Amino acid sequence: MAIWLTENSKIIVQGMTGGEGTKHTRRMLASGAKVVGGVNARKAGTVHEGLPVFGTVKEAMEQTGADVSVVFVPPAFTKDAVKEAIDAEIPLCVVITEGVPVHDTTEFWAYAGAKGNKTRIIGPNCPGIASPGASNAGIIPADITTPGRVGLVSKSGTLTYQLMYELRDFGFSTCVGIGGDPVIGTTHIDALQAFQDDPATEAIVMIGEIGGDAEERAAAYIEEHVTKPVVAYVAGFTAPEGKTMGHAGAIVSGSAGTAQAKKEALEKVGVRVGKTPSETARLMREIMQSR
Amino acid sequence: MDLFEHQAKELFAEYGIPVPRGIVAHTADDARAAAEQLTGRVVVKAQVKTGGRGKAGGVKVADDASDAHAKAKQILGMDIKGHTVHKVLIEEASQIAEEYYFSFLLDRANRTFLAICSAAGGMDIEEVAHTAPEKVAKVPVNPIEGVDLARAREIAQAGGLPEQSLDGAAALIEKLWAVFVDEDATLVEVNPMILSADGQVKALDGKVTLDENANFRQAEHASYVDKAAEDPLEARAKEKHLNYVKLDGTVGIIGNGAGLVMSTLDVVAYAGEAFPGQPKPANFLDIGGGASAEVMANGLEIILSDPSVKSVFVNVFGGITACDAVANGIVSAFQLLESRGEAVTHPLVVRLDGNNATLGRQILADAGLPRVELVDTMDDAAKRAAELAAVGA
Repeated sequence: MAIWLTENSKIIVQGMTGGEGTKHTRRMLASGAKVVGGVNARKAGTVHEGLPVFGTVKEAMEQTGADVSVVFVPPAFTKDAVKEAIDAEIPLCVVITEGVPVHDTTEFWAYAGAKGNKTRIIGPNCPGIASPGASNAGIIPADITTPGRVGLVSKSGTLTYQLMYELRDFGFSTCVGIGGDPVIGTTHIDALQAFQDDPATEAIVMIGEIGGDAEERAAAYIEEHVTKPVVAYVAGFTAPEGKTMGHAGAIVSGSAGTAQAKKEALEKVGVRVGKTPSETARLMREIMQSR
Repeated sequence: MDLFEHQAKELFAEYGIPVPRGIVAHTADDARAAAEQLTGRVVVKAQVKTGGRGKAGGVKVADDASDAHAKAKQILGMDIKGHTVHKVLIEEASQIAEEYYFSFLLDRANRTFLAICSAAGGMDIEEVAHTAPEKVAKVPVNPIEGVDLARAREIAQAGGLPEQSLDGAAALIEKLWAVFVDEDATLVEVNPMILSADGQVKALDGKVTLDENANFRQAEHASYVDKAAEDPLEARAKEKHLNYVKLDGTVGIIGNGAGLVMSTLDVVAYAGEAFPGQPKPANFLDIGGGASAEVMANGLEIILSDPSVKSVFVNVFGGITACDAVANGIVSAFQLLESRGEAVTHPLVVRLDGNNATLGRQILADAGLPRVELVDTMDDAAKRAAELAAVGA
């Protein structure tokens, strides 16, 4: 078992015919994920990478039974693509696109709410979600880890890969990259809740970074609702104030959003926080070995 | 990207928001000329992208043109929280009856927009928000519904603005919402928003932060870039589409992925504590997931042209791009730099992990690049890079 993405998930790719869409559709297929089609209004009716291209998300769902969409369309068109996925009521929409204006993200998030939150949105600016050995929706390399019983939720792509790799002998139930933008669909808390409820997940790795207060709120949630062991890592202890570190959301403003504050909030509720990614992996290793 | 006050006000004026007449001056003589043109009393305001300039002495009233010259002379060149004052805004003095606070901003936690309004505006608004939070109204704004005149009036009322200001404030707030949305801003703040002695509601100050992700549809925002304040290396990196931030240490950093590079900065800083002079990272540089040889070469070139760099740490996790491709990229980068006449003379510590790591390491070892050391783990590699920076090799 896994959260949100299983071996039965049927994936369509919005923007499949573009460069990134094509490359990652191939990779998803090679990893064994059930990609069943793509969406591009201008190329409807054609075949790409051996898969049918549909005019709309709704049509693709009707024709293929798809329940997951992965969005690779350029930033200027991402808002409309996600709204289309919401209108079609697809259960999961994974937005890989980087550089989406925050007004657009805020708008499609509000739109999802207005439509009754029938679509779970992951991202934007995220690597996607992978349930090793079962399915893979996005750009997370499928072969760096194995199936197992650790759940992982992270704001950062490469740090996700790093931890997946370091703990590959234990393996993962599901790894979720939620993205580093100021406004995102699925949060740390959503993933913590799902992992807590997932019988196949025994322990959780949470990776955060500077900016906002998502980690602090996650800490409060863990204290109340999470009984499984959680190990955390926070990047950006030495980042200077007022400088954006790569992710649009990773900026320390005044006293808010510092790595130290996040670490303290997490440790206060019993979460062990690694000083480096390797130490974080060691902490999780200890927990899994003692089980 | 933050705007200067005068830029924010020019933008406000385009949207029909009442602002005082003002002229930007870069010298005291220009300030005198500006004051002569405006006539009467003027305010001389330091143009810096930071708050608290009033309290720092960066805002002064001048009675006439020669006084404006004197005040501008005092303020130009001043340091306000690390920002040097290079220009002042000379503005006609306003007759202030009351001072309010207003802003629209992104509310990350609730994934929506927020209007903040208070009748207790002015320099002490932060203090008020702290000691008397009930005087500061925080009103969520649904991005789909937006703010029309009626909604703007409700927000002003919630902020406790008096009856005689409501119409003027509502009109201003509605226009400010247009600025916020049409310009892809993440913050528009007016503090103070004033009621003048003649009954007009005006924006006496302006603070605007623009979303750089929206630059593709906001072509005119490019003109706001403050080239003078830009670090020359950061500017060069930007031209090459590299995600680079200059820091003040001596260990050059290249990595793939924002989170991994942030983490690398931390690990290097921790490792540096054990060495003389406590070497720190010299920069943030994320070359992204699919690091090609050319991107690697451009990145190395930027880092090596920073005179404070003593050693370089290349920290790559092979995910989408496997390590053999990254290793080939480093080898080509060396050749490319040599052909540009910029052969690498600094020690380079390389850590490759992930897909095809063994193959990648073999490629680097076989290439026999001078001054390149391979270290297996991120922690050990950070230590070695810090050590090399400490000895200044």
